[in-house]
Amino acid sequence: MKEFLQQPWPWYVAGALIGLIVPALLILGNKHFGISANLRHACAACFPSNINFFKYDWKKESWNLFFVGGILIGALIAALGLPDPNPIVVNPDLVNELNTYGINDYSSMVPQQLVSWDSLFTARGLIMMVGGGFLVGFGSRYAGGCTSGHAIMGLSNLQWPSLVATCCFMAGGFLMANLILPLIMKL
Amino acid sequence: MSTEKNTQEILTDFEVRSLDTVCINESTQQHPWWYNFKYLAVGILFGIVFVKAEIISWFRMQEMFRFQSFHMYGVIGTAVVVGAISIALIKKFKVKTIHGEEIHFTPKKFNKGQIIGGLIFGLGWALTGACPGPIFAQIGMGITVMIVVLLSAIAGTWVYGYFRDRLPH
Repeated sequence: MKEFLQQPWPWYVAGALIGLIVPALLILGNKHFGISANLRHACAACFPSNINFFKYDWKKESWNLFFVGGILIGALIAALGLPDPNPIVVNPDLVNELNTYGINDYSSMVPQQLVSWDSLFTARGLIMMVGGGFLVGFGSRYAGGCTSGHAIMGLSNLQWPSLVATCCFMAGGFLMANLILPLIMKL
Repeated sequence: MSTEKNTQEILTDFEVRSLDTVCINESTQQHPWWYNFKYLAVGILFGIVFVKAEIISWFRMQEMFRFQSFHMYGVIGTAVVVGAISIALIKKFKVKTIHGEEIHFTPKKFNKGQIIGGLIFGLGWALTGACPGPIFAQIGMGITVMIVVLLSAIAGTWVYGYFRDRLPH
């Protein structure tokens, strides 16, 4: 049983479980699935700086902070209790491409040669982590939600603005992965 | 003067609610703070799924954006189908919360932010290989450098809030 759970879970199991979070949050207390809102709550709680956008009762939304706290604990449980002993299996075309950038470590969920404290002070590491994080935070709030709020909650509730947002998420991703990322990798 | 201040506060609240539906807490009930542990439990399950299905992997995101793997499309597609069926059932049978409250849905209003912000978010998503949820999971599983990404994302959110009135919506 444990070995069975340790191997990577298939997409249909993961997708179904994530889909069930939508009714679970609604039935547990009328809550809408949306994770990037927590970034805003963090601003509202720590640096409201008299900005109207951050002047609201964030404590009323503290359920969401408990929810992401749970994600953190769950990830820890999975990493310690159900570790996958094998390196991550990646499409050979991607392996070839990453090889040309000097990335060949598949021992972690992230490429250790790019995402680590050591690489934080290299040009590409800085752009990826500091620049990428900034774009995620700025973009998700500008769009009014991220993958959870728009692509999952919004689409599940058949909201066409969420479909627009999801298509733009994907378009931005295609652009970055295929055209911009190769340039950053050469730095 | 005080009337003007009140109006402004109401307007702000309306803006917050209309442009940012993910932030709406529809429940009007008051509960002790420890009731929030039920959301912690759902979060724990979510965190385990994130890690075990490799949804938090930078490599899986790169595959997705290069059409090299079906995995992420399968995950998101299945989640949307299951979510949509669940919401349809909740609406049809007028399912109530466990506290007996009616379940509310808020329509999302279109604004240009969904296009411009969506594109910006997509760039960041492919660059870091993580959307906001996976950032928390990666920190939890011990990739501590992702704390930098999280702080940067909070900074990005703050900068958006600061320039919000001057951005096209």
